[in-house]
Amino acid sequence: MTSVKLKLKESDVQKLKEVAKSFNNEAGELINVLHKAQEIFGYLPAEVQEVVAQELNVPVAKVYGVVTFYSFFTMLPRGRYPISICTGTACYVRGAEKVLDEFKRILKIPVGETTSDGKFSITCLRCVGACGLAPVVMVGDKTYGRVTTDGVKDILKEYDTED
Amino acid sequence: MHMLVCGGTGCRASASDMLYESLKKEVQDNNLENEVQVVTTGCFGFCEKGPIVKMIPDNTFYVSVEPKDAKELVAEHALKGRKVNRLLYVDPTNKEQISDSKHMGFYKKQIRIALRNCGLINPENIEEYLAADGYEAMGKVLLEMTPEEAIKVVLDSGLRGRGGGGFPTGLKWQIASKNEADQKYVVCNADEGDPGAFMDRSILEGDPHTVLEAMVINGYCIGATKGLIYIRAEYPLAIQRLKIAIGQAREFGLLGTDILGSGFDFDVEIRYGAGAFVCGEETALIHSMEGERGEPTFKPPFPAQSGYLGKPTNVNNVETYANIPVIINKGAEWFSSIGTEKSKGTKVFALAGKINNVGLIEVPMGITLREVIYEIGGGIKGGKKFKAVQTGGPSGGCLTEKHLDIPIDFDNLIAAGSMMGSGGMIVMDEDDCMVAVAKFYLEFTVEESCGKCSPCRVGNKRLHEQLDLITKGKATMEDLDKLKNLSNVIKDTSLCGLGQTSPNPVLSTMENFYDEYVAHVTDHRCPSGVCKDLIRYEVIAENCVGCTACARNCPVNCISGERKQVHLIDQVLCIKCGACLEKCKFNAIAVI
Ligand SMILES: Cc1cc2nc3c(=O)[nH]c(=O)nc-3n(C[C@H](O)[C@H](O)[C@H](O)COP(=O)(O)O)c2cc1C
Ligand code: SF4
Ligand code: SF4
Ligand code: SF4
Ligand code: FES
Repeated sequence: MTSVKLKLKESDVQKLKEVAKSFNNEAGELINVLHKAQEIFGYLPAEVQEVVAQELNVPVAKVYGVVTFYSFFTMLPRGRYPISICTGTACYVRGAEKVLDEFKRILKIPVGETTSDGKFSITCLRCVGACGLAPVVMVGDKTYGRVTTDGVKDILKEYDTED
Repeated sequence: MHMLVCGGTGCRASASDMLYESLKKEVQDNNLENEVQVVTTGCFGFCEKGPIVKMIPDNTFYVSVEPKDAKELVAEHALKGRKVNRLLYVDPTNKEQISDSKHMGFYKKQIRIALRNCGLINPENIEEYLAADGYEAMGKVLLEMTPEEAIKVVLDSGLRGRGGGGFPTGLKWQIASKNEADQKYVVCNADEGDPGAFMDRSILEGDPHTVLEAMVINGYCIGATKGLIYIRAEYPLAIQRLKIAIGQAREFGLLGTDILGSGFDFDVEIRYGAGAFVCGEETALIHSMEGERGEPTFKPPFPAQSGYLGKPTNVNNVETYANIPVIINKGAEWFSSIGTEKSKGTKVFALAGKINNVGLIEVPMGITLREVIYEIGGGIKGGKKFKAVQTGGPSGGCLTEKHLDIPIDFDNLIAAGSMMGSGGMIVMDEDDCMVAVAKFYLEFTVEESCGKCSPCRVGNKRLHEQLDLITKGKATMEDLDKLKNLSNVIKDTSLCGLGQTSPNPVLSTMENFYDEYVAHVTDHRCPSGVCKDLIRYEVIAENCVGCTACARNCPVNCISGERKQVHLIDQVLCIKCGACLEKCKFNAIAVI
């Protein structure tokens, strides 16, 4: 966590407080509240975790412990076009690793990070249920199947103009 | 006439939702709304050739249908009753077109119990489920049977848990029913963590009511009035369909208070997982539902004694539940007539990897791997040689040529060094390196270990490092012995099922493919040509015609050569991506 405080949008914070209230501000609802919080803010920076802790009346350390335990929660903002590469077994045996390497090589970022212009981020996920199309890549909600290494640049090209 | 369009995740990834819209529009444009109904269903299972469209009542089965085919399908099939031959499935063995899916090799040996409604009904419409005998079993149990009688049927059916453990379901219910408490819970485990498996998701997407129905029955049997479904947040479609189903069931009085006038109350809530494999383990799952880190705790106490919020809790898997209504309707005897002596009924598998027919299948226990791979799966992709099949995901092991003819059931798979697991079945061919596969699984385990106990947290990391050294040609023969010893220590001393089974992929690949390990260690060679540090891509001069395809596709431009001249790869720059090999049509690139 950085020492520079992020300024959260007041209306978003208000929304989050409403969410917490809709769960009766119960500590046991922590994970549900975090899911909603991530929907609102896109990610869960320290500042958001602090609000959640306050609203549910639990220590920030506990919130942090839960956020870092579950891979679905992220403390880093995702890119405008988040790229998820399926690294489930079916995709792995059909070459997902090479596809992943190619994304990393072209975008020059490791898994879990975002390009400096905030456009793309790379994450891995495990089986999206489209094993028939392995290897599978998702960009946002769009699914690409049977992706090959040289198909990677074509996928990225689709997002060239969309800025 | 009904046009059933697959709305499973796999087919939606290939634009089946657009296809649905196009079909609807064509039907409207031809003023056929009264005669033809276009329906989205759950997964048909034949994902390899999706999107699938099935015509009812004549059962014509169309494959790889694209939105642009909608016009022809409606104009020809719906309007004139003529089949669109070019969209029919072609049997790869004799090149014959097959129009009725019953006759396809993929479906012939399947028996569909848990998947009975997937691909047949619209999962978002409760009336279709009701028309398919839905909630009949629940009515029968609530109105005509005592909890003891219903438990006895489940017990006698011989049903064993499909989430991996294979614990007798009836026995689990009996234990939970005997524990006295003011409140008990029924939990459906829909966490489906095996990376490369999508059985439970397909059931929830294709037939969500069957799970709700079974949970009510379960609640009645053990005396619980609250049900929770723990589902992965990564399954948005399944979540959406479950929410719709719960809403409709409440509306119809099939969930809520005094269900069907029986005096029994039961309601269901959804809880979301957040991407942690270990949360599939039942004690971890319960902690996660309580809003904690999903760390397992020592058993006993079992959830049946002290589970969610400290109350007796019965946890069952999605597929286990999907069997329950049928067992109640058709009887224990019918169910137990299917399968082997100790494993009754069927099992759903997600068949994937290097196989022709990737998809979701449901087969009777006792079927052989050979039947699954060659008859249902249509054999290995590209005519390659079969090498192994991994069952049980990261907890399981690999089965090889010599296991092809054993009847698949819980006990036989364990005896063969693997396990049933939740139903992932990944087929591998001669191009797969088994050391790399073991490393792949260990990478997964290391990422997913919750870190609570050191054998698993530290031990698996060491295993992964050792495997990494082997794939780099930097290990010694002593390291192989160490690998095996450490594997056994981790198995024996870990706290939960994750650590207790995580070395299985290592042990079973060592057992069956020891030569491959040795080749990496002593010859610094990867026989399958996978491990990057041990291979080179080279141009075979006598085959190269200088077509330049490789050079044009090399991402790092490290292939040089004039048109019509032999090309050359710069080994220093090559990143071993394999693109040149894929692109060369003249067999002029080799992995050495
Ligand atoms: C590491 C680990 C992961 C598991 N993952 C799942 C899972 O994803 N789905 C599931 O139903 N059971 C899973 N189980 C098994 C559950 O602990 C539990 O046995 C099961 O849900 C019981 O239901 P059943 O008797 O109907 O199979 C897992 C177990 C372990 C040790
Ligand atoms: S075996 Fe692994 S996953 Fe299980 S409790 Fe120990 S560290 Fe956690
Ligand atoms: S393996 Fe990849 S990087 Fe190496 S020569 Fe072939 S295409 Fe180029
Ligand atoms: S693609 Fe094959 S034949 Fe064509 S230049 Fe490259 S190596 Fe030679
Ligand atoms: S493993 Fe990638 S979609 Fe299933």
